[in-house]
Amino acid sequence: MATSLGENLTLAYDTVRSHKLRSALTILGVFVGTVTLMAIGSILTGMNKTVVDQLESFGTNTVFVYKFAPGIHIGRLTREERLRKPLSDADIAAVRSECGACTAISAQVMAAGNFGPPGANSANARSKSHEVDGLTFSGTEPNFPEATNQAVAEGRYFTEAENDHRENVIVVGHSVSDALFPTQDPIGQTFTISGTTFRLIGVFALRKSAGASTQDLSARIPYHTFEKLFPASQEHSIEALARPGMLTIAQDQIRVALRRSRRDKWNAPDSFGMATAESIIGQFHDITGQVALVIVAIASIGMLIGGVGVMNIMLVSVTERTREIGIRKAIGARRADITQQFLAEAVFLTGIGGILGIIGGWLISELIKFAIPSLPSSVPLWAVGMGFGISVAIGVFFGLFPAMKAAKLDPVDALRYE
Amino acid sequence: MATAASPLGTVPPVLPATDVVIQTVDLWKIYQMGTEQVAALRGVSIEIKRNEYVAIMGPSGSGKSTLMNLIGCLDSPTKGQYWLNHQQVSELDDDALAHIRNHEIGFVFQTFNLLARATALHNVELPLIYAGVESAQRSARALEALKKVDLVDRKDHRPNELSGGQRQRVAIARALINNPSILLADEPTGNLDSTTSNEIMGLMDRLWSQGNTVVLVTHEPDIAEYAHRVIFIRDGQVARDEPTARGRKARV
Ligand SMILES: Nc1ncnc2c1ncn2[C@@H]1O[C@H](COP(=O)(O)OP(=O)(O)OP(=O)(O)O)[C@@H](O)[C@H]1O
Ligand SMILES: [Mg+2]
Repeated sequence: MATSLGENLTLAYDTVRSHKLRSALTILGVFVGTVTLMAIGSILTGMNKTVVDQLESFGTNTVFVYKFAPGIHIGRLTREERLRKPLSDADIAAVRSECGACTAISAQVMAAGNFGPPGANSANARSKSHEVDGLTFSGTEPNFPEATNQAVAEGRYFTEAENDHRENVIVVGHSVSDALFPTQDPIGQTFTISGTTFRLIGVFALRKSAGASTQDLSARIPYHTFEKLFPASQEHSIEALARPGMLTIAQDQIRVALRRSRRDKWNAPDSFGMATAESIIGQFHDITGQVALVIVAIASIGMLIGGVGVMNIMLVSVTERTREIGIRKAIGARRADITQQFLAEAVFLTGIGGILGIIGGWLISELIKFAIPSLPSSVPLWAVGMGFGISVAIGVFFGLFPAMKAAKLDPVDALRYE
Repeated sequence: MATAASPLGTVPPVLPATDVVIQTVDLWKIYQMGTEQVAALRGVSIEIKRNEYVAIMGPSGSGKSTLMNLIGCLDSPTKGQYWLNHQQVSELDDDALAHIRNHEIGFVFQTFNLLARATALHNVELPLIYAGVESAQRSARALEALKKVDLVDRKDHRPNELSGGQRQRVAIARALINNPSILLADEPTGNLDSTTSNEIMGLMDRLWSQGNTVVLVTHEPDIAEYAHRVIFIRDGQVARDEPTARGRKARV
């Protein structure tokens, strides 16, 4: 190739500079496409980070067992799912006796319909002067902190005796104690949830995860106390901490135990759901990945439309510069030289659109981070790479036809063009 | 390579003499205008030797420019053969022709044909870009060429900041930059007044005396007098081919 890339880019720069408005309008489509890609990509990344942080704070070695497979469900429940029995005491006992790979197993119970994704609860707590909403309120066993990788920072967790005697003691997350007792030492204070008075005996350590964590809004009372107060409660779960490196074995043992105690037929699927932080994160990644794919497709359509604009302008440019092309050919430019020149111009245009889009997307991402602190959005590298890559590809794809048209011009005809 | 069985008929073997740089054999150029055919050239056979100084004259529309474009490899003949430096040009493809235009021919146009947005220096440099010469060397050589046409002080001017004569000198510098053996000029003084014309012709003369082969098209007899030989074209055919007064003098 006779002409260098630098040469062609200089030419492209000159052309773009001498047609500022036209160039700006031309790259609008590519710009908007790239911004969309960046913005959505950074929001997804932020959501991912929030979810991963929260889930990992539960401990990566904990197995969660529910009536239904946790995660996001699409479509209606099957008949079997609708008829599922809640996890019973017998189920819990089976896990306890058969999971040798587990070190701590805690059963948990919540009010019916009160179990679900973070934030789905709405228990309300009030002290004499303060009130707090949106609590994750449940009954747990004394080894719950151990099973779910939580530490009690102030006071203590409740004991077997307190569980057995169904005492009204409670351990809460940091946000709860801060809200209810901003000025006093919370330990030993009393407050009410749903009309029942509890004595606060411990506060969980603050979670490090980004944004408001559901765990900082938790309120845990003894399992049997909860059953006594809310006998209709049907939402049970089991949290089991596996021995180091034995997470898979623990899952297998739990599965065997539950299938037997729940009398699942040998060829029927599990009548319960099991998850680890990793599996939920994986599920979430799958979903965000699919959302990302859709976004990329939408942004690409925008970019394609932008590409048609680029092609149009390049055709205009070729026509306008017919004489220039004639001159260049007359003094020895080959087809490839002319093709490259116009291709470089198209790619330069869309490349600028892409780069400006990346900058714009980054600004939007920073703005989101600033406006919504709980969403730590950040532009992911794949979005940058893809944004720039697609922009350049659009330039090549839509610039090729005009460039080849220019290259094929007959020098004599081109020189005679008025 | 000489006995080429042309698709247009059997052509006698052509064995050009070694000092013949341009040889056309029964050259035809037919333009298709809708259903009508316009024959701009109808069988032109000429020979031009190394370091000749030839003027092509003829009435408007007689086919002078058409012939020059063929000689300059800007266009391909409909029929016939064209040998340039013993190479059968009418068989070459686009890129090969581009290479010849770049390396072996310097073309000067009536309308200058400079890039409007480029400086004089850049215009002169242009052929070197397509010759693959690197940037630093390009500027040095372009400056050298501008020196030859006495325009170094205008190197950063754009064509619209130059007079007609200056523009044509830039165009000549551009034609010379790659040291072509053949300089073709289609009415190089057509847009210039007589003083400037003489200036340009003086320059052409100098290039001829430095060993270039010069072919120019003109309407003006006194411009043609600079040459040593005049080829008259009429209706796409060679009407006369004779030495000028200067040519006769040189031969004596
Ligand atoms: N692209 C073209 N299409 C059709 N006819 C053409 C084309 N180019 C030239 N001709 C015709 O060919 C003939 C010769 O044209 P040419 O330009 O060679 O004349 P010329 O001798 O250079 O004339 P002038 O002195 O006016 O420049 C003319 O009749 C012209 O109309
Ligand atoms: Mg002419």
